Amino acid sequence: MATRVGVEVSIALADAVKLANPDVIAAYPITPQTHIVEHLAELVANGELDAEYIPVESEHSAMSACLGSSATGARTFTATASQGLALMNEVVYVAAPMRLPIVMAVANRALSAPLSIWCDHSDMMSVRDTGWIQIIAENGQQCVDNIICAFRIGEDKRVLLPVMVHLDGFNLTHVIEPIELPEQSEVDKFLPPCKFPLPLNPDKPVAMGDFAPPIIFTETKWAQEMNIRSSKKVILEIWNKYYKAFGRKYSPVEKYHSDGAKVVLMTMGAIGETASVAIDEMVAEGQSVGQIRLRLWRPFPFEELRESVKDADVLIVLDRAISYGGPGGPLASEVKAAFYDQVKKPKIISFVGGLGGRDITVAGFKDIVKKGIEIAKSGSKKEYEIYGVRE
Amino acid sequence: MTKETSLMEIRWHGRGGQGAVTSTEMLAQAAISEGKFAQAFPSFGPERRGAPVQAFNRIDSREPVRIRADILQPDYVVVLDPSLLDKVNVTSGLKKGGWVIVNTRKNASEIKSEFKIKYPVATVNATKIAREVLGVPIVNTTMLGAVVKITGVIDKKSTHAPLEKRFGRLGERNIKAMETAFEQVAF
Repeated sequence: MATRVGVEVSIALADAVKLANPDVIAAYPITPQTHIVEHLAELVANGELDAEYIPVESEHSAMSACLGSSATGARTFTATASQGLALMNEVVYVAAPMRLPIVMAVANRALSAPLSIWCDHSDMMSVRDTGWIQIIAENGQQCVDNIICAFRIGEDKRVLLPVMVHLDGFNLTHVIEPIELPEQSEVDKFLPPCKFPLPLNPDKPVAMGDFAPPIIFTETKWAQEMNIRSSKKVILEIWNKYYKAFGRKYSPVEKYHSDGAKVVLMTMGAIGETASVAIDEMVAEGQSVGQIRLRLWRPFPFEELRESVKDADVLIVLDRAISYGGPGGPLASEVKAAFYDQVKKPKIISFVGGLGGRDITVAGFKDIVKKGIEIAKSGSKKEYEIYGVRE
Repeated sequence: MTKETSLMEIRWHGRGGQGAVTSTEMLAQAAISEGKFAQAFPSFGPERRGAPVQAFNRIDSREPVRIRADILQPDYVVVLDPSLLDKVNVTSGLKKGGWVIVNTRKNASEIKSEFKIKYPVATVNATKIAREVLGVPIVNTTMLGAVVKITGVIDKKSTHAPLEKRFGRLGERNIKAMETAFEQVAF
């Protein structure tokens, strides 16, 4: 039986990767992802993990090496953050259409400039349309569980897609908290060996990610789109199997006191837990408020989102990124799009906050909800509110 | 809040390289090993040796810790380096009745009058203990003993396993330093 121990989230995440028994890890260290790949390098060096660790010279090379290794059918892992994710960007796009089930942890951090090593979701948003399945963890346990699920989801024959697991830099990566690491035997039962259907093999040559003239390009892209859309039912199925095996339940939109609530706050990432404390206090004060947390960013869970706020008059969406000169928060834009053609819909109020590591406290979340309710009543000419800025 | 909180928040003040982060780690791991919920984290950022740093503990005996933000209103503050007392406002946000636990040669009333601290103060000469027991003036594990005594948040024996795991063959000496401060802290 697995026990809860006090461990740094990065270390636990790396230990979860070890439990998945990867064949290849190719990574370049970058704050705040560093502890994850350092620990994996250590495990390989100590002989505790029988994998090839490729200490590449850049993130661009990291993802390139991952493409190659995954194409041979090797279970492949990498991790990065911020500028590292930006540097590997062109290669990140290649993995999904080539159907390579690479798993990547992203320790979310702001993009430069000005230079910031602290958390926000601008790096996550920069890879929104790369075709990867994207899961967002809210605490250390969710990192561990979803890393294990990510391999099974990505490698499922009906899916064959790369999977990102996002975790907030510092707010999660550098925190010691109680985490239950599953036993190796349990993970072995849950996660079958990687069986890539068409691995690179000199005896049976295949071409991957080939040249596509206009006569076929649209078809390949449509196939890719159908592929990720249909992956959602497999993700749900695998999360359900994980629940049966390990007792922890995941869903694309997790509800917290949201059923029947007139006002719902939507969050993604670790600060959602701070927000829950604020929701508890407001519920105790008699307010009709609830919360939803997005666990699955791609494929976007439209039906689950609509269902989760069916009783709400106001939906306040908190983003940790800006779409400059655009509609404000990228998450809020998606949410608005999801409701645009619906007959019954809540008023959607977009807030941006928590940029570059700025904390949002319990009192801060209560303030956001209060302001959101006021704006829903009085209306606003602005696309979105930026929370806590000194003007 | 309608219900009484079971959450205890501790803010550690030290200088880069003094091991404040390690202390918070040991305390959190000890609490978790008792079945409690706990969190330890540093003030995130580029660490510089000698610069004032903070590290944080949240410990809850009843429910998981969910707040993910720096501790602005601690129940206890711990000061690893007495030279910080006139440079950093260590009592900033300290709750009413909250304690200040200081590594110093002086006694509590001297510290209170010298730095105009209006909170209860506990003192221990951790530098002396660390020099004698560890042979180096690194006070983080020593101060852990004082914190365990004053807060009463965990059984001091629970720190043994984390200290042994972290310090290997030096584990025993760090345990002795912790125990000595536990006995000697004055309040």
